[in-house]
Order: sequence, then C-alpha cells, then structure tokens
Amino acid sequence: MTEVLQKLWDVRVFLAAVVLFAVGFVTLLLHRNLMKKIIGLNIMDTAAYLLLTALGFIEGRLSPIVLGENTDPLLYVNPLPAGLVLTGIVVSVSVTAVLLALTVRLYKRYHTLDLDVIYATAMKEHGVN
Amino acid sequence: MAFSVNFPLFSIVLCFMSAVLAALISGRAARAVTLALCALTAAGALILMFFGIRTGAATEYLMGHFPRPWGNELRFGILEPLLVLLFSLVMLLTLLGGRKQLELDLEKSKSNLYYMMCDLVLASLIALSYTNDIFTGYVFLEICTIAACGLLMIRQIGRTTLAATRYMIFSLIGSGLFLLGIVFLYAVTGQLLMPDLKAAIVSLWANGSYRTVLITGISLVSIGLAVKSGLFPFHFWMPDTYGYATPSSGGILSGLVSKGYIFLLIKLVLSVFTEDVFYKSGLSNVLYVLGAAGIIVGSIGALMEKDVFRMVAYSSAAQIGYIFMGIGISPDLGMLAAVFHIMTHALTKPMLFLASAQLSQAAGGKKRENWLGAAHFNRAAGAAFGFGTLSMIGIPLTMGFVSKYRFALAAFEKSELIVPTLVVLAASTILNAMYFIRVLVVLYSSPAEDKPRVRIRDQIPFAVSAALLILMNLAAGTAAKPLVGLISRGLGLM
Repeated sequence: MTEVLQKLWDVRVFLAAVVLFAVGFVTLLLHRNLMKKIIGLNIMDTAAYLLLTALGFIEGRLSPIVLGENTDPLLYVNPLPAGLVLTGIVVSVSVTAVLLALTVRLYKRYHTLDLDVIYATAMKEHGVN
Repeated sequence: MAFSVNFPLFSIVLCFMSAVLAALISGRAARAVTLALCALTAAGALILMFFGIRTGAATEYLMGHFPRPWGNELRFGILEPLLVLLFSLVMLLTLLGGRKQLELDLEKSKSNLYYMMCDLVLASLIALSYTNDIFTGYVFLEICTIAACGLLMIRQIGRTTLAATRYMIFSLIGSGLFLLGIVFLYAVTGQLLMPDLKAAIVSLWANGSYRTVLITGISLVSIGLAVKSGLFPFHFWMPDTYGYATPSSGGILSGLVSKGYIFLLIKLVLSVFTEDVFYKSGLSNVLYVLGAAGIIVGSIGALMEKDVFRMVAYSSAAQIGYIFMGIGISPDLGMLAAVFHIMTHALTKPMLFLASAQLSQAAGGKKRENWLGAAHFNRAAGAAFGFGTLSMIGIPLTMGFVSKYRFALAAFEKSELIVPTLVVLAASTILNAMYFIRVLVVLYSSPAEDKPRVRIRDQIPFAVSAALLILMNLAAGTAAKPLVGLISRGLGLM
C-alpha cells in the first residue's frame, strides 16, 4: 500500500496535470457559457504547461543561466521546456484574446453569453441573413 | 548548394512582411500585394519542386546554420513544394474569383485586414508544409487558426460571428490535444526535430519501453489534427462555418486550411511515427473507420440540406472523410490516394463556393428552390458549378474520378478492407450524385420568370479563375499519370 502511495506521490504533478487537462477539456467542450469555455481553454493549456515545466525541472540543478566559471552543462536544467512553455503561453494569450473579442461581439448582438440561447436565436433569424 | 533552397524561408518571411504591409495600406493595394505574393510563392514552389525532381533527394535547411539538435529546420523534397504550389495557386484564384463578392461583404475601411489574414493563412500553410520541427508545427497551427477565424469574422452578421466562435472552440480543442500529444512525445524522447524524434520513437518501440506513453502521444497528435480538420464526429461546425462566411473565406478554409492540417498529419505519419508504430498499433484503423463514417454522414447531411451553401459545406465533411480513409488504408497507395484527393478537393471546393455565391445572387436566394434556371442568368457560374459537381461525383476525365479510382486501388492492398471501402465508395458516389444532380437539374431547368442576365464580360475575374481551375482539374484528371508519379516520388522522399 505504501509503495503505491509513494508511486502516486512521485507522479503527483503529472496526475494534477491530467486532472486539470480533463477539467479544462470538458469545460471547453460542454459548458454553455462562453466565458467559462474560455476559462476552460486556459485551464487546459495551463495543464499542458504544468506538465512541460514539471518534466523540465531536475531537482538540485541550477537554472540555465551561465555565470562565471560553471560551464559544465550537467549543472543546469534543460532550458528548452521553459522556452516551449513561454511560446505556448504567448499562443494561448493570443487565442484567448481572439475568443474574448468574438464573445464581446456575440454579447453585443445577442445580449447573452449562453451559447445555446445564441444558437437558438440565430436559428430563428435564419431566413433574414 | 543552390540558391533556390532558400525559397521556403523566403516565402514564409515574405508572407509575414506582406501581412504587416497589408495592415498599413488601402484595401486595393493590399489585394494587389496579396495576389502578387501568391504568384511569387507559387513560382518559388515550382522552382523548388523542379529542384527536388532534379536532385531526387529531400533537402534539409538549417535555420541560422545551427546543427541538430539545437537548430530549427525546414525540409523539402517534391511533395512539399507541390502542395505549396497548390495552396498558393488556389488562394490566388479564390481571391481573384471572389473579388466581386468580397467587395460586397467587406467594409471598405477594413478590407485591407482581410488580405492581411490571407497572407497569414498562406504563411502558416507554407510553414506547416515545410517545417521539420513538431513544435514549430504547433505554433503555425495556432497562427493558422487565428487567421482563419479572422477570415470568418470579417463578414459582420450574427451567424458568422457565431460560426467563427464554434470554429475557434473546436479548433482550440484540437490544438490542445495536439499540444498535449507533443508534450507526451517530448517527455519520453526529449526530441522535437522530426528526424530525431523518429529515431527516438523507433528505438523506444524496438526495446518496448514507454509504449503506452508513445501510443497516447501519437493518438493525441493524430486526433488533435483530425478534430482541427473536421473529421467525423467533429464536423458539426462545418456547415455553419463555410456556409455563412464570405465565399472566398469558405473556399480558403475548406479547400486549403483543413488541408494544411491534414498534410502535417501525413508528414508526421510518414516521417515521425513510422509505419510500424502508426499502422500496427491500430491507430490507422480508427482513422479509417472515422473517415468512412464521415463520408456517409457528411453525404447524408448534404442530402438533407436545402441551402445550397450548407450542402456544399456538408460535402466538405465527406471529402475530409475520404482523405482520412486513405490515410487509414496504407502508408503507400492509401496515402497517395489521400494526397491526390487533397488536390482534387482544393481545386474543386473553392470553385463551388464561388459559383454558388454568384448563382445565389443571380437567383435571389441560397435555397435550392430559388435556383430554378439560375444557370441561364449566369452562364459562367452555372458552368463552373456544373463542372465542380461532376468532379465531386467522380465522372471520368475529372480529378474526382481519379481520386476514387485511387482509393479503390489502395483498398485492394489489404484484403479485409476491400469490401468496406468499395461499399463506402459506391454508397457515397450514389449519395453525391443524388444531391448534386438534384441541384444541377434545378439549375438548368427553364426559369419561371425572367431575371437580369449576368454577362461574362462583367465578371471576367471569376470566369478566368473558374476556367483555370477547371483546366487544371481536367489536365490532372485526363493525364493523371505524371501527377500520380510525382506524388508517389514525393511520398517516397518523406
């Protein structure tokens, strides 16, 4: 029993990432409220970044900034995962901005954030467009 | 090293520079810049393709001369330039042919932004085709999504905004899965460049370690791309998205953007996942089944639609199904059929959207019953629509026929797939014929009332672009052998 717990404790960050990803994914896919969908998207992306960050960190090593004499690469962690996370954050900021802009426009047009209501209203107007 | 190896990088940078420029200048100037850009990238791709044919080998281009595993790379053989050529040409013709409709749908002060988005879409399509790094692929997937969303949003009616939102949501679910898949693969391999990733996957697979993680990562990447390109059961956004966008956007999104995603998947399957892992793990069967289901569901959806735009859009769902079915059949002949169908669809669907827009305008409505005799009022659009439907059904001499023939041929490689593939092909051809010919009959029957005629002289851009698309389609349909040979050589180099 303790062995299983120990194993789970060792992968706790990965478990958290998987749970977060699932929460975000389901919210993005199934929630009717547009704002919550966007929040779900961000949770989902953050889970992927958490996973990357956790994978990229090695206990006892330094952050990859070379100062002075310590040029041995084994002293430092790999900077690439952090770089990927940064790139990913930029990407998710931009898609969030686009989605928020779309939400603002939909709200101005339909006065609600509920996607089902918006869809029903749009279906009624179908002939007009 | 020939100078032409720089062309892929040049064309990507040129697209981005044109996008910045387009944001600053007037709509007319931006259109000229974008059309010139498409012509330039097409020319560059053509030269590069001949370079690939002459050298008979794929070239790896080190960005900034940083060697592996540090640098970022582009890679091109024959197929990558061929597809870039296709993407650039089709975008050029779509923008040219949809010019009149664009002038109606775009706000004058914002029309330059539309062309900016087109430049960005082209940039990301080219980058997706040439990149040799999976994370670069992810970044350009997202750029493509955002730019494609911009192409939709530009038409400011409620339904288009709604369609753009749904498109964005599905696309982002796809990208999320893709990103998580990359992270999984990176976690067990530590590589992002495709050749290194492939070597790592092959060695891990051989010694049997981390199989679950590998399979999960590969599935997530494949399913992510499938969601993004609208494979069944993720195709529900399609009719709205393509049906209410301005026709050029509908054409670019269905004909090009989804193809860019699929081509990335083809590239990953052939040069990263390897046949062993992808085809023996059963993942290909999932794509095959979803593709086959998508063909039938998409065709039935199209059959039920009264709105011609939405019908054409539903038929896109079926065509995406064909391509994934081909990918699922086998890595050689199946893949060949899939790539050929990418070209068929890219050359046909934008023309159908443009022609539908012209015909709806002449007929005064988008419903089928409005279209009675519309082809008599707008002969050019009627001819383009007619030819497009024939190619979609798969009448001999058109590319659609060669596509279907190739799918059937591929199925004979695997005895257990012969019957289901042929049944699906037959059923979908019948369904295609049912919904398309029904429209054709309405289109060419004698009109109930006389409406103003649109003369060809008044729509030369559309007529020219449709004529060129038809000519290319006919050329590739009647003399398919050289093109098929080219694709198969290109696949061999990947």
